[in-house]
Amino acid sequence: MAQIFHKSFNSLSKVSIVVGGLVAATALTLVATANTTAWISYVGVAREQTPPFSHKHHVAGLGIDCRYCHTTVEDAGFAGIPSTKTCMTCHSQVWTEAPILEPVRESYRTDKPLEWVRVHDLPDFVYFDHSIHVAKGVGCSTCHGQVDQMPLMWRENTLNMTWCLSCHRDPAQFVRPKDKVFDMTWTPPANQREQGEALVRDYHITSKTNCGVCHR
Amino acid sequence: MQAAKDPAVQEHHALAGDRQDLPVIAPGHTLSSITDKITSIVLRRDTPLAWAASLAFASTGLFFLAISIAWLLAKGTGVWGINNEVGWGFAIINFVWWIGIGHAGTLISAILLLLNQQWRTSINRAAEAMTLFAVACAGMFPLLHVGRPWLAFWLFPIPNTMGVWPQFRSPLLWDVFAVSTYATVSALFWFTGLIPDLATLRDQAKHIWAKRAFGMLALGWRGAAKHWERYEVAYLILAGLSTPLVVSVHTVVSFDFAVSIVPGWHATILPPYFVAGAIYSGFAMVLTLMIPLRSVYGLKDFITDRHLNNMAKVMLATGLIVAYGYVMEAFYAWYSGAPYELAMINNRMFGDAWKSYWALILFNVLIPQLLWFRKVRLNPVTLFMISIVVNIGMWLERYVIVVTSLERDFMPSAWADYYPTKWDVMLYVGTVGFFFFAFFLFIRFLPVIAVFEMRTLVPARDPSAKKGVGATTSSNKEGAHP
Repeated sequence: MAQIFHKSFNSLSKVSIVVGGLVAATALTLVATANTTAWISYVGVAREQTPPFSHKHHVAGLGIDCRYCHTTVEDAGFAGIPSTKTCMTCHSQVWTEAPILEPVRESYRTDKPLEWVRVHDLPDFVYFDHSIHVAKGVGCSTCHGQVDQMPLMWRENTLNMTWCLSCHRDPAQFVRPKDKVFDMTWTPPANQREQGEALVRDYHITSKTNCGVCHR
Repeated sequence: MQAAKDPAVQEHHALAGDRQDLPVIAPGHTLSSITDKITSIVLRRDTPLAWAASLAFASTGLFFLAISIAWLLAKGTGVWGINNEVGWGFAIINFVWWIGIGHAGTLISAILLLLNQQWRTSINRAAEAMTLFAVACAGMFPLLHVGRPWLAFWLFPIPNTMGVWPQFRSPLLWDVFAVSTYATVSALFWFTGLIPDLATLRDQAKHIWAKRAFGMLALGWRGAAKHWERYEVAYLILAGLSTPLVVSVHTVVSFDFAVSIVPGWHATILPPYFVAGAIYSGFAMVLTLMIPLRSVYGLKDFITDRHLNNMAKVMLATGLIVAYGYVMEAFYAWYSGAPYELAMINNRMFGDAWKSYWALILFNVLIPQLLWFRKVRLNPVTLFMISIVVNIGMWLERYVIVVTSLERDFMPSAWADYYPTKWDVMLYVGTVGFFFFAFFLFIRFLPVIAVFEMRTLVPARDPSAKKGVGATTSSNKEGAHP
């Protein structure tokens, strides 16, 4: 009886066991690592904006407080994106002819809001409230990074659930005195562990890790 | 298999006159007649019209399945009849029903193998196939019930960006492990048992592509002594792995209910009662499949009245355990004196769903008592009808457990009624169609009876056979290449 398979199938079949395993392992590793790269998380990727608004210029250069534009950060869940009128409080007086600011003036004339690319966008199934974090000594820069050094805004952290939980499980690592919340230059002191634990006690911080806290 | 020739076992057989007069294989068969008979179903060149028609009929069910899944994915689980109070509904009823059916295949192939029950030989292959297809149907329901099946991998403990593990304290997660283990071991067991037969088909096939296809699947099996030695070891290990699964899988399924606090679910009787129910419904399904199969394909020589008789007895025994479970459910409720438990059993027996409850008692407890009669057990028609009745009864049992308990739990403000929608029904019909579609394909493309195992039965039944032939399992294996 003639052979059904060529002799090489003996080796092929043995090799395929190893290769199949390797291919599966590689594919799984690729999928798993892709999730941690900027390709998925956008960490450190400066996003183009129209107009190209610079936090660096406005905060570090001019000394404007965060709350001048993000007005509701202390009182509401949403920190607030300023309306064009907020821009025009200054820009009706300074740089009134600058071509780069034409979209702002156009928005003011036509009453159509500027369309910013949202950099920190949590999924809709996550409930997040800025006010409680600010009120309990979680500084802006803890999550958003040194915004005063960002010509264009980028994401400093992944906003992954792991990242949320890294603080919720142990807030003492990050909590700072309340008067330093809006301080962009604040860095954790050498005794952050003791100071953080003291603040957690003083501020009655009971950060929750129940599912229902964020997924309501 | 060896032990069947053991004098002690033979004596035992002689004492059990009932077994003695019904052979596991009809007399007069030779090694080659068995091989030809079974492989011809696969290797015939023409397509039997009846088979094609059956496949076409089953594929309409497949069509329903595709539509109902597509609609479900487009619209979400709101298209089902589930609501805030009755959150499980058809999805879990059907899951439990299907996974239970699978248990007979595992029991036949693993436990009966370890217990040296010869009569398992001609039904194990088809019963295992039934297990696989039933588990596939079962698996679809929880997967679709999660609403977003593409995220179902979250159920497995794999490193993720969420920083959380699945809830290891939840029986629903144990279910994931139980069912996926069950599916894996069943598939391996089935395939391992197929390898020698795939080699036979490879050698018997005429067409070069049939040879190649079976040759690929046979993994280079040549029937060498070394192959048989490894095969026997592997098969025994898999049988050992499968044996605890017969008990553990449905126990874990019962934990989905028993670990909760819902009246009618929170009972210690549930695990044994679920396992017995699983084997009960599984044997009913094996009979539902085997009785038509053996007459259509003329396999009455191999699937004899002995098999029907034995399977009917298993059904009778497990059915009685299930009946004991029903009695105990009512007894617990009365003996506990707990108002919610009493209200539960009262609602089941005399509430809105009383018809389902008494129908299940009729179908699962009363009608199967006919199996006490040998005439009923040996009559394929009555046996077939009883098997259908038990299949329906076991579905009703899960309906009563899942739905009536959720409809009326503790607070009247949390009471609700459950009505399945047409999408619930269509998905269920769809899985039945899928099951039969897969089974018809199996009948046509793989040997429905383990050829090489059947050949081991011949010498023992043939008085003219020389002493020694068939005395050990390995000597029978010469026939792997007829």
